[in-house]
Amino acid sequence: MSVISFEVIYRGIFQKSLAVKISRTLILAAVKEGKPGISFGRYSDSPERNGIPAKQFGYIADNEEELETVAAQYEPKQVDISICVDDTLCKGVESWAWYGLQPINAVTKPGGTLIVTSNQKEDDLVQHIHRRETPYKLAIIPGEASFAGLWVYKDDGTDARCLAAALKAEPTMCSIASLESAIRENIGSETHVEAAREVYEDLRPVEIEPGQGNDEVPFTFELLKWHEMRQGVVIDGVGGHEGFRGGEGGYEPGRNPYFKKWSTRTMRPVVSFEKCTKCTLCWVACPDTCFDVTPDGFFDANMEACCGCGVCEAICPVKDCITMVNEVVFDERDSQWQMWQENKEDYDKYMDEKITTGKIDGRHPITGLAGAFSGIGLETGHNPETAKIKPLKDL
Amino acid sequence: MATATEQQQGAGVHLLTGSEVMAHICRLADVDVITAYPIRPYDTVMQYVSKFIAEGDFDADYIPAESEHGQFEIVKHASACGARVFTGSSGVGWLYAMEPLAVTAGLRLPMVALVGCRALDDPGAFGTEHNDAMLVRDLGWMINFPDTAQEVIELGLLAYRVAEDPRVYLPCAIAMDGAFLTHSQATVRLPGQDEVNAFLPPYDRGDLLLHPDNPITIAPQANEDWLMEVRRQSSEAAKNSYTVLKEAHADFSKIFGTNTNPFLDEYMTEDADVVLCGVGTLSLPVKVAIREMRKEGKKVGMVRLKWFRPFPTEELRESLSRFKAVGVIDRDYSFGSPYHGGIVYNEIKAAMYGADKVPHLKGFVCGLGGREVLLEDVKQMADKVISMGQNDAADNEVDWIGVRG
Repeated sequence: MSVISFEVIYRGIFQKSLAVKISRTLILAAVKEGKPGISFGRYSDSPERNGIPAKQFGYIADNEEELETVAAQYEPKQVDISICVDDTLCKGVESWAWYGLQPINAVTKPGGTLIVTSNQKEDDLVQHIHRRETPYKLAIIPGEASFAGLWVYKDDGTDARCLAAALKAEPTMCSIASLESAIRENIGSETHVEAAREVYEDLRPVEIEPGQGNDEVPFTFELLKWHEMRQGVVIDGVGGHEGFRGGEGGYEPGRNPYFKKWSTRTMRPVVSFEKCTKCTLCWVACPDTCFDVTPDGFFDANMEACCGCGVCEAICPVKDCITMVNEVVFDERDSQWQMWQENKEDYDKYMDEKITTGKIDGRHPITGLAGAFSGIGLETGHNPETAKIKPLKDL
Repeated sequence: MATATEQQQGAGVHLLTGSEVMAHICRLADVDVITAYPIRPYDTVMQYVSKFIAEGDFDADYIPAESEHGQFEIVKHASACGARVFTGSSGVGWLYAMEPLAVTAGLRLPMVALVGCRALDDPGAFGTEHNDAMLVRDLGWMINFPDTAQEVIELGLLAYRVAEDPRVYLPCAIAMDGAFLTHSQATVRLPGQDEVNAFLPPYDRGDLLLHPDNPITIAPQANEDWLMEVRRQSSEAAKNSYTVLKEAHADFSKIFGTNTNPFLDEYMTEDADVVLCGVGTLSLPVKVAIREMRKEGKKVGMVRLKWFRPFPTEELRESLSRFKAVGVIDRDYSFGSPYHGGIVYNEIKAAMYGADKVPHLKGFVCGLGGREVLLEDVKQMADKVISMGQNDAADNEVDWIGVRG
């Protein structure tokens, strides 16, 4: 087998326990068969920030010497398996330690497998994932982004299902029996074991061909040489402001052109300009100054800068004027006000469609974030009537 | 008619302590922001500075801080905003400011600070030891050790000139022996304001200035993609400080009409077989003991380092290679270090490694906690070095001199 490497890409803090559990349990399953492994979080993601993308890594080897050979490189440059536990991350990953916005499949090996928990179909989801020159496999585990890692929420079995999917992708890691035994010991219930077994039997990864997917060029930046950098740990400030989209009227604050922040977003505000009374509260309350003032005095949430916190929706006094919508249903980051200006009828249709398909239920009561807080009904098993997510068997 | 203070301030010869001379440097250099927090022996400088300000002879923002940490933070920020600054501390007070001390060097801010060298607690003590000043030696701080009140003029003015040079932008500590220099009056020739102005240009922070008209971020978080390059820049700045110091020293000699060596103070070395090495005020008993030993026909000399950072590696190698044996006297300790020697001893040994001609080196720990280095002590050390030279055999034992037992 030699060495298998994997990563778990997750939302900081909210999914940390989940990611750690997946990473550790996979190693512990292999350890049962005498294979050594290591599991670790990306050091520079720590201390994690709410919702900001972060990574866990793991190696499983046949023997200690093999393990040392790969572990000598602290952070894997390529992995056999990438596990992504929030499908909104498929648009790109920008950690707070700032490595730039990276494609979700940036370190997935040619021919490796990207496992995503999502309610999207492969064809839709792949539109979000940056295209690349080498093929890889995409495997979807049906489900919303899980916040099961937060202890206050019901466990939805995402951990066990991701483990089974990983084993399916790289079956040489260990036997399904060892995995089941590790799940029993480290996660807990027979329901989890059952959920894992279902995924192991039913998961059908699809091949993604070179060139398939999002054609946006991944953001790159130059790492300056020491003598090219400014002295005194000084960096240029982001100053000034200009009119809306560089025009005469309105107001756009100066923003860092390199650090976009939008990859932190799991949902975005959709604004009904027909209902807006221009009360300014969203513009005042936004903690990221993401609302641009339009020449006619509306407030347009800038989709490059919005973190998706939902404060604007909470503070807006007009019913249904600002609605938070699941980020995964959007394929663009265009100006909503401009869309509305161009064709008000089309914009209303766009808005209705997005709100219908991406309306978020079961929001986190404190953070307001999206996620499968109600779980998929493990307590009642995979009952299609109580579970919001279809069991894999029914797909 | 000139007031007493005006007379005192004029160029010419005065009876002054080392601290008082440093206060005159602040006045002559027209320092903008000064912060103080009491701890002896450094605090004497603040008594003189505040007196100058109170009497209207000097205009500066003088801020008594709530602790050493705050004291050094305030001037650090003022320095980023383009102010020429002065502060200082001693012993564990200086260590309480260790966080700002590290970041001041990291941010390349040209703070000048007086360290009134004092033993680190415990036991609570206030006599001279150099460990306090030496603790910043790896961080990018320049450090000099004046041996007389007169030399404070040279090392104090050079501190500002070199620290504020855009090729350097590093802080500088003036490490002054507590009591022996901070509290002892000697005759000092003060320079005139015109000479100082000719030597010391105004501090210009250039495009690194923290000001609303120059929007910049300083001290951001940075990951492993960036930090090593930042450290490499600091290393370059520290290298530059050597060249800039030589340049500035040449200007100093010209403007003030002095004739000193920028890095080393050599005494009776021309025909010496062996020399004693060290920093600070112990040069006085060493010189006197050398004179007495010369009468006995012992060819002993002295090489004193004026600057510990930048470390004058080349000059030192060239100088010490001329002698059969060298004794290094440390007024500090480095417990558990090679041969359990002091900091200066280990540094000189490292500098000599690989030189064409390496003299035998012996280390001494002496004069800790403000204990006097007696003439007998010096003679005892010199004799050991002489016999090491005569035997032509290495003696790596580090001896404690003047300790009971």
